[in-house]
Amino acid sequence: MLNFSLPDASCLATLRTLAAERILILDGAMGTMIQTLNMTEEDFTGHGHAGCRHHHHSDHPQKGNNDLLVLTQPEAVEEIQFTFAMAGADILETNTFSSTTIAQADYGLEAAVHDLNVAGARVARRAADRAEARDGRPRFVAGAVGPTNRTASISPDVNDPGYRAVSFDDLRLAYGQQIDGLIEGGADLILIETIFDTLNAKAAIFAAFESFTRAGRRLPIMISGTITDASGRTLSGQTPTAFWHSVAHARPFTVGLNCALGAEAMRPHMAEIAGVATALTCAYPNAGLPNAFGEYDEGPEDTARQVAGFAREGIVNVVGGCCGTTPDHIRAIAESVAPFPPRKVPA
Amino acid sequence: MTRYLRLSGLEPFVLTPDIPFVNVGERTNVTGSARFRKLIVNRDYAAALEVARDQVENGAQIIDVNMDEGLIDSRQAMIEFLNLVASEPDIARVPIMIDSSKWEVIEAGLQCVQGKPVVNSISLKEGEDAFRHHAGLCLAYGAAVVVMAFDETGQADTFDRKTEICARAYRILVGEMGFPPEDIIFDPNVFAVATGIEEHDNYGVDFIEATRWIRTNLAHAHVSGGVSNLSFSFRGNEPVREAMHAVFLYHAIQAGMDMGIVNAGQLAVYDQIEPDLREACEDVVLNRKPKAGGTATERMLEIAERFRGDKREEKVRDLAWRDWPVEKRLEHALVNGITEFIEEDTETARQTAERPLHVIEGPLMAGMNVVGDLFGAGKMFLPQVVKSARVMKQAVAVLLPYMEEEKRLNGGEGRQSAGKVLMATVKGDVHDIGKNIVGVVLACNNYDIVDLGVMVPPQKILQVAREEKVDVIGLSGLITPSLDEMVHLASEMEREGFDVPLLIGGATTSKVHTAVKIAPRYEKGQTVYVTDASRAVGVVGALLNPGQKAGYVADIRADYAEVAEKHERGERAKSRLPIETARANALAFDWDSYRPPAPSFTGTRVLPDWDLAEIARYIDWTPFFQTWEMRGVYPKILEDEKQGEAARALFADAQDMLDRIVTERWFTPRAVVGFWPANAVGDDIRLFTGADREETLATLHTLRQQTGKRNGRPNVALSDFVAPVGKGSDHVGGFVVTAGPEEADIAERLDKANDNYGAILVKALADRVAEAMAEMLHERVRREFWGYAPDEAFDPQALIGEPYDGIRPAPGYPAQPDHTEKRTLFRLLDAEDATGVKLTESMAMWPGSSVSGLYIGHPDSYYFGVGKVERDQVEEYARRKGMSLEEAERWLAPVLNYIPNAPGRREAA
Repeated sequence: MLNFSLPDASCLATLRTLAAERILILDGAMGTMIQTLNMTEEDFTGHGHAGCRHHHHSDHPQKGNNDLLVLTQPEAVEEIQFTFAMAGADILETNTFSSTTIAQADYGLEAAVHDLNVAGARVARRAADRAEARDGRPRFVAGAVGPTNRTASISPDVNDPGYRAVSFDDLRLAYGQQIDGLIEGGADLILIETIFDTLNAKAAIFAAFESFTRAGRRLPIMISGTITDASGRTLSGQTPTAFWHSVAHARPFTVGLNCALGAEAMRPHMAEIAGVATALTCAYPNAGLPNAFGEYDEGPEDTARQVAGFAREGIVNVVGGCCGTTPDHIRAIAESVAPFPPRKVPA
Repeated sequence: MTRYLRLSGLEPFVLTPDIPFVNVGERTNVTGSARFRKLIVNRDYAAALEVARDQVENGAQIIDVNMDEGLIDSRQAMIEFLNLVASEPDIARVPIMIDSSKWEVIEAGLQCVQGKPVVNSISLKEGEDAFRHHAGLCLAYGAAVVVMAFDETGQADTFDRKTEICARAYRILVGEMGFPPEDIIFDPNVFAVATGIEEHDNYGVDFIEATRWIRTNLAHAHVSGGVSNLSFSFRGNEPVREAMHAVFLYHAIQAGMDMGIVNAGQLAVYDQIEPDLREACEDVVLNRKPKAGGTATERMLEIAERFRGDKREEKVRDLAWRDWPVEKRLEHALVNGITEFIEEDTETARQTAERPLHVIEGPLMAGMNVVGDLFGAGKMFLPQVVKSARVMKQAVAVLLPYMEEEKRLNGGEGRQSAGKVLMATVKGDVHDIGKNIVGVVLACNNYDIVDLGVMVPPQKILQVAREEKVDVIGLSGLITPSLDEMVHLASEMEREGFDVPLLIGGATTSKVHTAVKIAPRYEKGQTVYVTDASRAVGVVGALLNPGQKAGYVADIRADYAEVAEKHERGERAKSRLPIETARANALAFDWDSYRPPAPSFTGTRVLPDWDLAEIARYIDWTPFFQTWEMRGVYPKILEDEKQGEAARALFADAQDMLDRIVTERWFTPRAVVGFWPANAVGDDIRLFTGADREETLATLHTLRQQTGKRNGRPNVALSDFVAPVGKGSDHVGGFVVTAGPEEADIAERLDKANDNYGAILVKALADRVAEAMAEMLHERVRREFWGYAPDEAFDPQALIGEPYDGIRPAPGYPAQPDHTEKRTLFRLLDAEDATGVKLTESMAMWPGSSVSGLYIGHPDSYYFGVGKVERDQVEEYARRKGMSLEEAERWLAPVLNYIPNAPGRREAA
């Protein structure tokens, strides 16, 4: 039985107070930062000279399984997060975007999921605590919950539109396992992000309610969709307002958009959400569009100028960066939004 | 954010107060549609999807999906069907209502929809634990919920049971669980009426009244119901069922039912129901005693037979309208959504019209205006309006080739286009009739039209505008949220550096809104409000003509600046004074130097004998012509250049009929008049039983102006015209006059003889007779009964200018907008017994040709308008009247300067 009258986690009050004073800063991209380290298969598995071993076995190659690094290269991950924190981030994301049984199936590491999430939260917690000890500003850890690589409301088979590669319950159980681990590892918030199919997100919300009931307290939830095409809709076809209506029952701390085509393309959709949402809003775009080589070359000042535009328009409460954003981007964003007051939630 | 029910499919749906009623599509319900059941049982999902698509195209704003069929695995069917629906954007754009009596089927459905659906339904049937469990899951899945008025002992049938169960459910959901109240939709059970079982007779009333109670007492919750149950006992008699549904909805919607499962194809248009049938339906729905005697059910059964008919007979009856003139035929086809003859009728109209375009601008637009009016009055529903639009499109399609031809003959082809116009209905809005017409009209005038259709997002409009290098952008919208979209687009155009003109049109748009909200956001270009399609050519022409543009834009800017300033002034003027401040500025006569004259009698007097010939001399003919939509003052109108001939013919017919009314004594006029000792007490007028002024007989309540006044002008209430207690022995009078009840019968007789003209004429004359009687009686009051002007001698026609002292204000008119004051007046005069005039539920007088009012004698009294009033006065007024605030607000709705039940307003004010 779900419990809807749980006490709120204690960090919520602090977050609300801070968010009333200024625009909060979320950190930047983990994935593209890791890419710059040019790690090898051995680095990923922890079998190289400078890695930690872990006891989960898989026959699949692990290069590219970024989430595994919280077990095998925890210092590298922590260092990236610490650098973001010192660049001005208030909220640090755990490196757990794909730490569900569904997403780890590609790497044969379903069994490692609990450890990945607990360790992922602990690593980010350490980075946060170090930063806080350094400058006295509170830092928060957001347990990152990705969309998985399956869609609950779209058929992967064009000849069988009624077919589904994953069910709501599959997702609910996988997300529940992930969120339990994140809470155990010390996450302050749960960030359901890069949502391209709202039904996946609804399964994550349901799972979060169940995890909260198990944990005996309610963590603040951040919800972030992604709009990847010019139609202005999510991959599963919803308009931004329809998306908000579908996730509002999570009573989230923030709702917003991330990733996708960069800040400029995100602006009208973010403005739409800002006009309807009763939650705070959060935007963390990519550093522009990837170039022909799949690299992001929008500089910190460019991204910051556009994100500052969001702040000037009064449509954001939390901003940060997604793919391609570095600590320099986050520093520039934090500086550029500082003069503007946070968005007022519509009365 | 206002607590509105907010749902979604691929697109959002918000139940705002603009939407009087949400029609939930019911054809994807196996228990409601035999056809759909067959398709599902045979697993013909392709055809089943077509049913769903058809519903959405026909205007269903939510679709109900129900798979409760014994022969199939309902849970599996729900999953399969909803998964398929998710793959069809045309269908999936609207929210789903997941409907089942089995929770496991509902939960399976909840796991398939990405939007925010409605669960139909949960209830207290299995006790509070199960109810809490289901409600909790709805919270976790993110669904609104239909709550059936059903508890452990069964389904609620009476008003008491319905309201008690709904209140209990609301307490658990909102009070205990924190369920958002706006996400609760109560279904207080529609049961069959006119079953012959007496206990069922009040079921319609029980539902309607429970609806009213829920909407008043359970804040933010909604009311829905399955309407087809109502007419269960008339299965097989579709015309009667359709009429019953329409009548029931008409009343239930007024009581606050804002959602329902209705087969749009099984619904008559309220106004088009044959009057006898409609009355019989109202009798059974409202559990009234029929005028003709017997019980409502008996009367309904009797009349139902008349309308049943077999198919062939019905066809004959249906086709009577084919003999009407072509304009009326087009209107009928539009209102009733009949496409069968539209092409031949449009062609007929075209042949007689000077230009094909005139058919659109004339009869077709006129017909659509009727549709718009009926929709606005809650007498047509959205699906019916969509049907009308389809008929319209078909008609326009007939005309298009002729208009193209005309354009070609005028040298349209080969000539350079006059300009390129982008047209779009803004995001969130699907109304495009007006936009399409504008497009057609402009295309006929040699403009290239880029029509982006409906629900167009702003980015797309700007992108296409840039790519196509359009010269003008035209936006259309019908619903109020579209106004904000237009403002948004205007600021986006400004931001992105556009400078092309922006045209605004559509039913809710206005010059004021355009001038105040849209135009200022787009400084780089000019925004222009276009009243209707006929203006579009002129406006676009002026904007695109280099010689005219500058001057035209300057004129528009000047005009809009003035409009905006006037609006601003109006807004400022709208602020109201607190009632105490207004009262402190009351009108103060010098009562010490005024001795009120006493009437010749107190109490009431009935006046049964009236000379119709004498009354005729007092008739004011100007309003008579207004009834016929002829504007002008009598007798000048008879010589008017344009209308004179028609006016003379009408006047001659009226005189002929009036002669017959007089000589054949068609009417039996009666009147009652009374006077009572009276003094003002605050804003009330207290009437006393005797000259000692000790015992109160009745209190007349009055309302005070709350507008801010300048130059020492007072804030008046009617009570200011009566001497306050202790300031003199003043009196107040009252009266009711009527031309008599015969008018209705005579009109009906003429109607039956197909003399509609005569029927309207006799009613118009009866009205004039009653007004003339009021004038005559007032004169007699001044000269004789009250006698304060015994020597007054005005010619009857001179009285129209009201040159005399004293007034006769009527409740429900500007000086006292509260119609319920008629109750007091009627009781004082015992008016029903004295004159036969009755007050209806809504405080109208029956027969209609009746006039009532108060008499106030002070020579300086005058007619005024109370204007809009604030909450503080209404609260106090309700207390003085012993009425609930809600009731007072209901009666005073047209003059409220605030939104009732708007929380927080009081603090803000």
